Amino acid sequence: MFNSNSSITNSQFQIPDSLINYTLHLADNTLILAQQNSAWCGHGPILEQDIAITNISLDLLGQARNFYQYAAQLINEFKAHSPKERAGGEATEDTLAYLRDNREYKNCLLTEQENGDWAKTILRQFLFSNYQYLLYEKLQYGEDEQLRAIAEKALKEVIYHLKWSSEWVIRLGDGTHESHQRISNAVIELWPYVDELFINADYESALIANNIAVDGGSIKKSWLQGTEEIFSEAMLSVPQNVFSQKGGKQGIHTEQLGYILAEMQFLQRAYPDSVW
Amino acid sequence: MIEVKNISEEDILKILETVADPEVPVLSIIDLGIVRKIEIYNAVQKPPSGSLVVFITPTYTGCPAMDVINMNIRLALLENGFINVEIKTVLSPAWTTDWMTEEGKQKLKAYGIAPPNMKQQVCTPGLFQEEEAVQCPHCTSYHTQMISRFGSTACKALYKCNDCNEPFDYFKCH
Repeated sequence: MFNSNSSITNSQFQIPDSLINYTLHLADNTLILAQQNSAWCGHGPILEQDIAITNISLDLLGQARNFYQYAAQLINEFKAHSPKERAGGEATEDTLAYLRDNREYKNCLLTEQENGDWAKTILRQFLFSNYQYLLYEKLQYGEDEQLRAIAEKALKEVIYHLKWSSEWVIRLGDGTHESHQRISNAVIELWPYVDELFINADYESALIANNIAVDGGSIKKSWLQGTEEIFSEAMLSVPQNVFSQKGGKQGIHTEQLGYILAEMQFLQRAYPDSVW
Repeated sequence: MIEVKNISEEDILKILETVADPEVPVLSIIDLGIVRKIEIYNAVQKPPSGSLVVFITPTYTGCPAMDVINMNIRLALLENGFINVEIKTVLSPAWTTDWMTEEGKQKLKAYGIAPPNMKQQVCTPGLFQEEEAVQCPHCTSYHTQMISRFGSTACKALYKCNDCNEPFDYFKCH
C-alpha cells in the first residue's frame, strides 16, 4: 500500500502503536465535538448562528475523516506486519468511528461535555478552538507527513472557529445580566476539563521526542494568555484552584460519552454494514 | 492489439473541464483549481485507454461535495473510454482561493456569487476586524455588509448589498 511518498518512515515503524493512538486521539476529539455541535442543527438561537455552528461541526467532521482514514491506513499496515493481528479484517474510517466502544475512544473530556445552553456550547467551542489553533499551528511543522498536511489544511478553518467563538464569548459575557450569568456558569462547569488538554498521554510523550506529536505543555502558556485576553474583554474571570478531571485521552470517560456513542453508533450496531 | 493512442495531459484536462462542482454548478473543477496533477501511463495492457491517476485537493476539509466530485470524475473519464482511473486526494499544500482561475471568478460573478477577493485580508485570528470590501455581484456596489461569516456551504459567507438591498453569497477568502 505504501509507496515512496508514504508518510511512514523507518523510525516510525518502531512506534506505530503510539502513532495510531495519537491519530485516533486527534480523530476522536474532532468527531465527538462535531457530533455534539451537530445536535444544534435546526435549534440554533437564530438562523445565521444555527448555520454557523453546523458549519463548524462539518469542518470538524472533515478533520475527523482525514485522521480516521490515516489511522485506518496505519492499522492495516501495522497488521500486515503482525500475523497475529491480521485476522481482524480491514480497518476503515467507518469501523473506527462506529465500532469502537467507550473505553477505546481517546477524546479529551472537554469535547464530550453536554451542549447545555448556547453559552455552554459557545464556551466549549472557544476553549477547544483556542487549543486546536495552537496545536495545529505546531503540528503543521511536525515530522509526520500526513498529520502535518491535515493540520495545515484545517488550520485556516480553525481560525474561523476561534474568531467566531471568541466574539460570542465576549458578546455573552459583556452582554445582558442573563447572558453574563449563563456564560459564567459555563466557565464553572467546563473549567475542570481544561487541564487535560495539556497533560500528555503516554502515546503523546512517546512521539514528542521525534517531533511527531505536539507537547501539550508547550502550548499551555499561550492558551492561557489567549483565554485571559478574551475573558477580560468578556468581563469573566479565570477560575483558580479548580480540581482537574482527566482520563479521556486514556479511554476513561465521563458518563456523557456513553450517551453520545449510543446515539451515533445505533444504526451500525443494530443493522451492521448498512450503507446509504 | 489495437494501437494505443498517445494521450496527452490536455486531452484529460479537456474532459475534466466538463466536471462541475455540484454545489456551484457554473464552476468546473478546473476553474476551482482543485486538480493538482495528472499522471498518464500510456503503455498499458488495456487499449484504448491508458491508465490514469488524477490528484485532487479539497477546498474545505469537510467539503461534502468531494465524494460526488470523485464519482463524477470517474464517470466523465469512463464515458471517454478511460477504465483504469485512480483518484488520489492530496492535502498539502492546502488549497486557497488563489488557486481559482480568473475565468472561474468571472463565472461566479455572472452566477450571482461574489468571487473571492485577491488579497486575503481577514484570514487572521484578530477579532471584530473591519470586514473586507466585497463587491455586490448584482449592482457592483461596494457598499455591502456581512450578515454571517458562515453561509449555505462551507466556502461561502452571507452578505447583503446596502444599495440594491439584495442578499448574496460571497465565496469567502480562504
